[in-house]
Amino acid sequence: MLAYLDHAATTPLRAESLAAMLPYLTEHFGNPSGSHAVARRARVAVEDARDEVAACLGCDPGQVVFTSSGTEADNLAVLGAHASGRQSVVCSAVEHHAVRNTCEALGGAIVAVDGSGVIDLDALRAALRPELGLVSVMLANNEVGVVQPLADVAALVREHAPGMLVHTDAVAAVGWVDVASMAAPADLVSVSAHKFGGPKGVGALVLRNGAKLAPVLYGGAQERGRRPGTHDVAGVVGMAAALRVATETRADTVRRVGGMRDRLADGLRASIDGVVESATRVTAGGVHDRSVKVASSCHIRVAGVDQEELLVLLDDEGVCASAGAACASGAIDASHVLLAMGLSPDEAKSAVRLSLGYSTTDDEIDHVLDVMPKAVERLRA
Amino acid sequence: MRVLVAMSGGVDSSVAAAILVESGHEVVGATLKLWGGESDSGCCSVADVDDAQRVARRLGIDHHVFNFTGAFEDSVITPYVSDHIEGRTPNPCIECNRTIKFGLLLERSARLGFDALATGHHARIVDGDGGGRPRLRRGADKAKDQSYVLSMLRADQLRRVLLPVGEMTKSEVRIRAGELGLGTADKPDSQDVCFIHSTRGRRGFLSQRMELHPAQLVDATSGEVVGTVPAGELVTVGQRRGLGVGPDGHRRYALTVDVRTRRITVGSCHEAVGVRIGVENAGWVGPPLARGDRAHAQTSAHGVAAPCTWHGDAVVFDEPQPVVAPGQTVALYDDADADAVVGAAVASAPG
Repeated sequence: MLAYLDHAATTPLRAESLAAMLPYLTEHFGNPSGSHAVARRARVAVEDARDEVAACLGCDPGQVVFTSSGTEADNLAVLGAHASGRQSVVCSAVEHHAVRNTCEALGGAIVAVDGSGVIDLDALRAALRPELGLVSVMLANNEVGVVQPLADVAALVREHAPGMLVHTDAVAAVGWVDVASMAAPADLVSVSAHKFGGPKGVGALVLRNGAKLAPVLYGGAQERGRRPGTHDVAGVVGMAAALRVATETRADTVRRVGGMRDRLADGLRASIDGVVESATRVTAGGVHDRSVKVASSCHIRVAGVDQEELLVLLDDEGVCASAGAACASGAIDASHVLLAMGLSPDEAKSAVRLSLGYSTTDDEIDHVLDVMPKAVERLRA
Repeated sequence: MRVLVAMSGGVDSSVAAAILVESGHEVVGATLKLWGGESDSGCCSVADVDDAQRVARRLGIDHHVFNFTGAFEDSVITPYVSDHIEGRTPNPCIECNRTIKFGLLLERSARLGFDALATGHHARIVDGDGGGRPRLRRGADKAKDQSYVLSMLRADQLRRVLLPVGEMTKSEVRIRAGELGLGTADKPDSQDVCFIHSTRGRRGFLSQRMELHPAQLVDATSGEVVGTVPAGELVTVGQRRGLGVGPDGHRRYALTVDVRTRRITVGSCHEAVGVRIGVENAGWVGPPLARGDRAHAQTSAHGVAAPCTWHGDAVVFDEPQPVVAPGQTVALYDDADADAVVGAAVASAPG
């Protein structure tokens, strides 16, 4: 049987999203920048999608800029701020490469995290600068699932560095926390459609509080000149439909999937010696604290086991999981997130990420709980 | 059989994989990422991984990329540097075969449920004694034979290894690759050490990782200092390049390298030969040679094997042979069957 537990990489397309997109891949093919009836039909779809995305993310429609991906949204935030004169760029050490590599390319400051992956607010305060700039701290981490204290980050920036914008990469958070309220302290918010049941190749950046960015791409006047290029009409329609469902079903999904996640994590810890779960906090009553970690993420380390070998054996058994980040050659490099959390390269090489999603079933969890102990036993033999 | 094929992206391992698929085996490819640094050739560039994956797609087999950079650093790079610091001339490709490909990867293949590991080396594994003890023989293409770089493999390793192109000549391999439509058919043979950049060379690599010191060139006969070189650690026993010309008008050869005293003795080509090579760390694929046994010894990848007598701590050739640098592998072939490997040892430092 197939157990797809790599929802943090991408999710299956929601039926509602596909249904919403199909007319725009077929009869309604217009370019929304035109003025005739066919174009206007497409334009209505794009603007309806914008209204929907804005409502779900808790902002005004005029604050939503459609992009080609979460990566582009992150780049537009960081590069666009820098190019508009915000010279000082700061991000946490556990940011997605789309933020961290961009920040490093601009000579920005990288702020340390603690052993559970939470940003060190004292170190952040020391990295803040009086001049214009941007601070980027993700809402939830894509590898270990840790939720960052964004309200504290924003409060610190407002107090000590009022010239710095706050950006949050909310790509891994949508569907798992209330992004509309939790990302509200940020001026800029990135999301990506395929992480919540929408299509690949579509994302959005929210610009609040009058934030102005220089464009990263030059071209036509689409997206009020903030992001040129003919709209992916079907893509933004599909994103809006998926985001609507993800938002409306979030509370239920967190409860249902979170329960499966806890059963998976607790079951693996019980059945395999030397399993440690990353960035988790369990109360005295054995309840996993969702305020520190999203309900989708089961990130574990298996002592004495190489992640490359475990992933191959899991794959042989139909379990789709992942580890770290692939380098250019496709090999798995030690995760920069785990290294930033203070793990040794050897410890980082024992990590495996199982990430659940809206479509995860109890049968899939049962299957992993069945095959993973056997795989680990074989690798340790 | 379930077979894991180590695919470098080159033509030999591509054809090896194709042959195994045609033979009906369940085949999975794996390319190793060995080297995180800069290099322009070898096993680890993204372009080579792309080539291997393209071949795997064409053959319809799964393909993995395994990251062995940490082990490669510890087992190949670190000894490569320390050998140079201590005045030896290492064979990093042999060390990589021993510890990585036929060490860690072979062990991994077993843990992952594979019955065998295959590579594209030109050599043959045969039943050595009719009773299932494997033996390594030279490849069918004598000009491309790679038994030397596999000579340190033991029976328990060879038992689980397949070398599908060992019976083929290189041109047959290329023709086969062309027939199969594999894009690697015309790829040039790999040369040199994969982690050494072609323009910055060994000096550029080693100067980042160790101190290089000037050394004096001392004439072996007269004892006079006849010159200096900027980095004694980069001089190999037997080397001719960069050492100038002696008073007799003949090119000078390095006869000994002493990195502690930073003295290199030099002499003519007539002096750069000998019949005795001190050896250590001998290992055997089958029954060991006994003192006084006859054999053939080969001291470089593309050298010829010369008749010799095994002395336990030395190999003594019948006829003078070019001097051998300490650290080089001495591959030993059977006296009666000069294509069959019996074992290997490492040339030791004199004294």
